[in-house]
Amino acid sequence: MLTYTLKRVLQGIVTVWFIATATFIAMHAVPGDPLANQRATNEQIRQNLEQRYGLDRPVTEQYVVFLGGILRGDFGISFTQENRRVNDIIRESFPVSATLGILAIVFAAFGGVLMGALTALFRDRVPDLVIMFLVILGISVPSFVVAALSQLTLVDINTWLGFSLLPVAGWGTLRHMIVPSMVLGLGTMAYLTRLMRSSMLEITSADFIRTARAKGLPPSRIFLKHQLRNAVLPVVTVLGPAIAAITTGGFVVELVFAIPGLGRYFVEAVQQLDYTVIMGTTVFYGGFLVSMVIVVDLLYGWIDPRVRLE
Amino acid sequence: MSVAIRFSAADFEPAVAGDQLQTSSRPSLSYWQDSWRRLKQNRRTVGSLWAVIALGVLTVAGPWAWPVDPAVQDVDQISQAPAWPSSALIVPAYTPWAGITATPTRAGEVVANLRLAEPGSTQAVRLVWEPVAGAAGYVVYRSVYDTAPDRALGLPIGEVLGGDRVSFEDRLDLEPRGYWYSVVVVDENRAEQEAYAVLAVDLVRTVSAEEATLRGWVEEGAALALGDRIELPYHPLGTDYLGRDMLARLLYGARVSLFIGVVAPLLFVLVGVVWGSAAGFMGGRIDQLLMRIADFVIALPFLLFMILFKIAFGIGPGESGVFPMLVALVLLGWPSTARLVRGQILQVRQEGYIAASQLLGARTGYLVFRHMIPQTMGVILVTLTFAVPSAIFTEAFLSFIGMGVAPPTPSWGSMANEGIRTMLSHPHELLFPAVIISVTVLAFNLLGDGLRDALDVRMRGRE
Repeated sequence: MLTYTLKRVLQGIVTVWFIATATFIAMHAVPGDPLANQRATNEQIRQNLEQRYGLDRPVTEQYVVFLGGILRGDFGISFTQENRRVNDIIRESFPVSATLGILAIVFAAFGGVLMGALTALFRDRVPDLVIMFLVILGISVPSFVVAALSQLTLVDINTWLGFSLLPVAGWGTLRHMIVPSMVLGLGTMAYLTRLMRSSMLEITSADFIRTARAKGLPPSRIFLKHQLRNAVLPVVTVLGPAIAAITTGGFVVELVFAIPGLGRYFVEAVQQLDYTVIMGTTVFYGGFLVSMVIVVDLLYGWIDPRVRLE
Repeated sequence: MSVAIRFSAADFEPAVAGDQLQTSSRPSLSYWQDSWRRLKQNRRTVGSLWAVIALGVLTVAGPWAWPVDPAVQDVDQISQAPAWPSSALIVPAYTPWAGITATPTRAGEVVANLRLAEPGSTQAVRLVWEPVAGAAGYVVYRSVYDTAPDRALGLPIGEVLGGDRVSFEDRLDLEPRGYWYSVVVVDENRAEQEAYAVLAVDLVRTVSAEEATLRGWVEEGAALALGDRIELPYHPLGTDYLGRDMLARLLYGARVSLFIGVVAPLLFVLVGVVWGSAAGFMGGRIDQLLMRIADFVIALPFLLFMILFKIAFGIGPGESGVFPMLVALVLLGWPSTARLVRGQILQVRQEGYIAASQLLGARTGYLVFRHMIPQTMGVILVTLTFAVPSAIFTEAFLSFIGMGVAPPTPSWGSMANEGIRTMLSHPHELLFPAVIISVTVLAFNLLGDGLRDALDVRMRGRE
């Protein structure tokens, strides 16, 4: 187990280095002048700015400085927001994104398991058909459309009620979080529902279910103890990729609902070509995703020893 | 399934040697024939296949069947909802109006007898009212909603100062619809009084003969009499916030969205197949190296790097940005197919018939093309089908955050993005692109599901 852990962590570090290098190369291939947005009106100011951002040094040296900064956990200063460190931006906005993501995953996991179990329980009857129709919608409708439509609906509901049941946009209280996290988790929930349904149906015909029935267990006990528990296992294994999907899906939801999360900062930075923020956020996100994958892999290795041998 | 079989005495006659010694119960079917047979049995899959074909036809033939330029703005019909063709009434050219002045004869605080000096049209609305004693002036408000007692009056569109002027002419951006005009009295300090008068006005679209010619609605030199009705350019699905035809944009957008959605997966699946089969077939060091590279690329956060690559490639003036997106999708998309194909090849290599074929003297090329690729073809096809919706989603997502194709090139994603800004007042601008994206993605998803079932080797020969 220790060797396996070390191996995975080492691989993760190399991967993060690769992500950082790819980011660096991509950003230095961007056409145009990084200081174009700045007030580099004369030669002296331009020189000072270049010195401040280290643009006067050769590219290889910039690369070394960039990597050194990552090692120290320092991503530099923003290009467009003066005197604002990228670290501060991440420190302020990442908890918001993480909260949103965790809520979305919780919603998706519970909703998916519950709905999947229901569809299997009511196979080919009305609840099954209704839920599967919703699942197909959830998979086929882009998240920004769902976000926009839910916002519209919310406006109508609030108008009809005459008071604000749930806020339409913004961030702060739990009431702000409910709708965005549901929208964010919807796609994953649809996917999990499908997975749960097929794994439930597979288990229904398993031998141990027949045995349980033969020995006279009440159906509710068979359902909860034998069927549900076993069917949930494959669902747990796809939670890793689901985290990645939800993290990036957060961009859209944060934009539409005006949530001050990291995704929104990233999109804004991209639109304003804020080099340091783009590089810092990408490496941070990459590192976060890689460590999530490692954690999930280690969990698998712990649950299922066969994985470690690969 | 039980089948009632009826026997007759003839069935129990002894068979004569040489006469139908062996007959197979069903014709022998190849893998593809069998898959096709099973695919046809699934109604959902057949339906989605038809939908995909229809989308393809729409993409190829659409702009040809509806030859309206998607970039042309119809400034008279901006954000027009889908409607029947509209027409305009020919009227004399606009002549300036001096307005009306009157001295107050009547005491009171409310404007009385608010009326139109002449029938309202989109050319001009001319309001007249009875003067109020002691009024220093009047403020005119215009609203597109009914100004019920507790509602707002709308926008203040004009002020008439000096108590003796009792008329107002509105020419500001008039559309053929209903308006509610309110006239409020103001005192010497320009303070508005409580009471006001409201007039509901329904406008008809009018145009002068010269103007109609100028805008190209009629041919030059066409005989137009006053009171004639002329047809305006027709937009079956309405127009967007810049007055561009929605149908034309959807059809051209299909070319962009489906081009990216289909060509990018084709390319990266192809790269993945070559990469994966090379790795799987050669094995050893090369396999290790190739798959390590694939692992790295897979670890890149997909959407972040799509965006990074998009900026890195840049979009020059006059370019649509379709090509950079294609390249970025291929660069980031291939590794998952490569992994899959490598796994399949490794599995197939273990099969007994490969060894048997090798024993019979088959060469490598023969093994690959006759045995291995056909064996993995089903999996590749399914991957391809599922890659299409995700590529369409990626395009839509990038266009949504403004990193997609550059305007004015229409794509479904950028249309949805533009539609979201006006969704409260003109929902059709969001609805149409959203629905067509969803239908396309749904069709490809269902087709993928059906293909996966039909091509599944384990299902072979089943009903």
